[in-house]
Amino acid sequence: MADLKSAAPLLEVEDLRVHFHTPRGEVEAVRGLSFTLGRERLGIVGESGSGKSQTGRAILGLTAGNGRITAKTLRFQGQDLLSLSPKQWRAVRGARMSMIMQDPKYSLNPVMTVGDQIVEAYRQHHRVSAAEARQRALAMLARVKIRDPERVFATYPHEVSGGMGQRIMIAMMLIPEPDLIIADEPTSALDVTVRLQVLAILDDLVRERGMALIFISHDLPLVSSFCDRILVMYKGRVVEDLKASDLQSARHPYTQGLLGCLPRLDHRQETLPVLRRDPRWEHGTLEEVMR
Amino acid sequence: MNKPMTGTATAPQGLRGWLRTDTPQSRFQARMGRLWFGWLTFRRNRLAMLGLSIVLLLCAVALFAPLLAPYNPVQGVLNDRLQAGSAAHWFGTDNMGRDILSRLIYGARYTLMVVVLVAITAAPIGLLVGTVAGYFGGWVDTALMRVTDIFLAFPKLILALAFVAALGPGLENAVLAIALTSWPPYARLARAETLTVRKADYIAAARLQGLSHARLIVGHIMPMCTSSLIVRVTLDMAGIILTAAGLGFLGLGAQPPLPEWGAMISEGRQFLLNQWWVATVPGLAIFVVSLGFNLLGDGLRDVLDPRAGGNG
Amino acid sequence: MSAAVLQAVPGTGIDVSGLNVWFDDHQVLHGVSFSVPEGGALGLVGESGSGKSTVLRALCGLVDQWSGALRIDGADLGKTRSRGFYRVVQMVFQDPFASLHPRHTIDRTLSEPAQVHGLDRVEDRVVTALEQVGLDRSFRFRFPHQLSGGQRQRVAIARALMLEPRVLLLDEPTSALDVSIQAEVLNLLKGLQRDLGLTTLMVSHDLAVVSHMCDAVAIMNRGRILETIAAEDLAAGRVDHPYSQQLLRASSGFDRAVIDSFVDWE
Repeated sequence: MADLKSAAPLLEVEDLRVHFHTPRGEVEAVRGLSFTLGRERLGIVGESGSGKSQTGRAILGLTAGNGRITAKTLRFQGQDLLSLSPKQWRAVRGARMSMIMQDPKYSLNPVMTVGDQIVEAYRQHHRVSAAEARQRALAMLARVKIRDPERVFATYPHEVSGGMGQRIMIAMMLIPEPDLIIADEPTSALDVTVRLQVLAILDDLVRERGMALIFISHDLPLVSSFCDRILVMYKGRVVEDLKASDLQSARHPYTQGLLGCLPRLDHRQETLPVLRRDPRWEHGTLEEVMR
Repeated sequence: MNKPMTGTATAPQGLRGWLRTDTPQSRFQARMGRLWFGWLTFRRNRLAMLGLSIVLLLCAVALFAPLLAPYNPVQGVLNDRLQAGSAAHWFGTDNMGRDILSRLIYGARYTLMVVVLVAITAAPIGLLVGTVAGYFGGWVDTALMRVTDIFLAFPKLILALAFVAALGPGLENAVLAIALTSWPPYARLARAETLTVRKADYIAAARLQGLSHARLIVGHIMPMCTSSLIVRVTLDMAGIILTAAGLGFLGLGAQPPLPEWGAMISEGRQFLLNQWWVATVPGLAIFVVSLGFNLLGDGLRDVLDPRAGGNG
Repeated sequence: MSAAVLQAVPGTGIDVSGLNVWFDDHQVLHGVSFSVPEGGALGLVGESGSGKSTVLRALCGLVDQWSGALRIDGADLGKTRSRGFYRVVQMVFQDPFASLHPRHTIDRTLSEPAQVHGLDRVEDRVVTALEQVGLDRSFRFRFPHQLSGGQRQRVAIARALMLEPRVLLLDEPTSALDVSIQAEVLNLLKGLQRDLGLTTLMVSHDLAVVSHMCDAVAIMNRGRILETIAAEDLAAGRVDHPYSQQLLRASSGFDRAVIDSFVDWE
């Protein structure tokens, strides 16, 4: 018999809603999102304004000041996140889940060396000596395939390239050994080859440490080649939840439309199909939309 | 070809609907709609509204001074000199027996005049120098900015004193002196703003339309500098009023018997210990008006300059 | 088009030969040469730092230090561009959020070029340009912040069309847009290119977008053109240079075997 604890999902989200108070009225960015996450790689895909980034931020408790989160359930490793104080949530955020953002330029502290930032990230959650933390940080830099960790350790964020910066970001976020990583467009600012190399590093680390990953992106083909499961979001709701390998047989017209409107190298066409948005997508279930 | 996209049609209802519409029908309506949303943001800031009220009150008082003032501001009754506040003279009288309230009301005109004249001379000079320097860069920038630095290196009041000494005392010369000494910070500000927008894509795009340098500077760069400049000028108003009052106090600004507030303080200072109100009341007026301009400037910053915070 | 390399008829189209560009003593383009025949479309593909956008900026006169020969319709371009040049060559920028003046209405953005060049019937031209890019007239007096990214990019395209140019330079015109909007804008551009017979030079990092839009593709790396190939050959995977092959493989998604085979070209 499997042990009950390991069978319980890592993250349970039920009816998550994120409201924003703006001068022009109340805006609901996430409208009743539900999913459970095990030790897997989940892709959340959608266009701008679909609420995909707000979902990631809500789970981490990083929703902006004018926003409000409500949910029937928002439970991480059996712990109710919504009942946590900001301080407790912060402790969870560093140690057990962390986030990789799009642009390392804005996420790294410009006046601290890269090494010091990784050491600080590690020592915040592990009581070790400075020398040991340094060893850990160097080892971590080597793990993200940085060839000369000693040199990179002493550099400042502005001295490194985009791909290198994102590797450093990954090192920093993974060194406390969290159980869940939320990556919001982690490679969108990178060139295609560098992007794939960075993803490969992330893939290795997530696999060997048995972490769960939520990968938020607008790039449906990339996500489907990288993740196990995909949630497709449209205007704050999940319109389709499918296995990545089943993407080609997606049923929702929005998912099909997103795939169809991409220009393809192997299939040249004079005019690209465009997405005809259907108001029913905003409220209807998949079955209602299909009818 | 694609079908035309249509804007979300909102039925215009009265003036408010006309202002709020997403689909303005003319340039004028677009501009008014923009002003309306700015006003809505501004209105939420209570202190800024207080500042605006003070400034509007100053304008109203200056405009209607002959109607509001109970007595002649320059001719006094010597028998009534240095009286304390009473029903007849709310704020008392000065050493010439003139009603201080009436002098205060007429003095609003001079204060407003100083403020307006300085604003319409110093701000455009600074804007022009700053945008030209920032846009062209190179030796133009160096030359213009060194001149600006020279002006900036002098303390403002001392430089104004020197100008007035050379031009002769009087309110007009004081205004001129203040204008000549207050443009350099605006030039610096406009140059800094220009440098941030100069490399923007929309400036490059405008260049690729074949626009002349003059048209680019006036039509594309200057509008990006005016917001912060307006805020800065408004915030500086307090300082300008104080400088004008300072010159008046030193006898280099408005000449007696003109009821300029600084000159009034100057005349009242010899009686400060026994008849405190003679100097204190115009001092309070300067304080309130300066505060009003500062509050207004802060509110305008929230509306016009989203970078400095606020959620407009 | 079956020839691997586009060849311009002398005196027409775009002809660039031996273009070198420096930014502060640092050379970013090394002897770039290509030509685009009148009405043809060439794509420049490369990763960041390959110098692909610099080629466009050099053509437009936005680059100060350069050498080589730039010809449009057979006329040599000097160090400065005349006003007439911009009636022939127009450009659409990458980021529609940065390329429209935030304080100008769409109407002003569109009418200004026509006024500057002393064209007649400015009002009609503005309305026509909006129609050409598929925008309703109700957009005319709005400000850019009231528009979505795709609508802004349509306005930017309309602005480029106001002067009725013959050459259109496109600098990653859809990379800042959602994929569904990208499809609409690409369709629009392709339709305009066909209907108006525009000579097009397009820069992109996306092989699929470029091969969709262009007859031929030049692959750039570190300031040099490695090879120029017909779009059909690119689609069929017939590329010679190992860098091009790697770029092609990388565009097919996340595949460990492919990634492990990458060679560092930096």
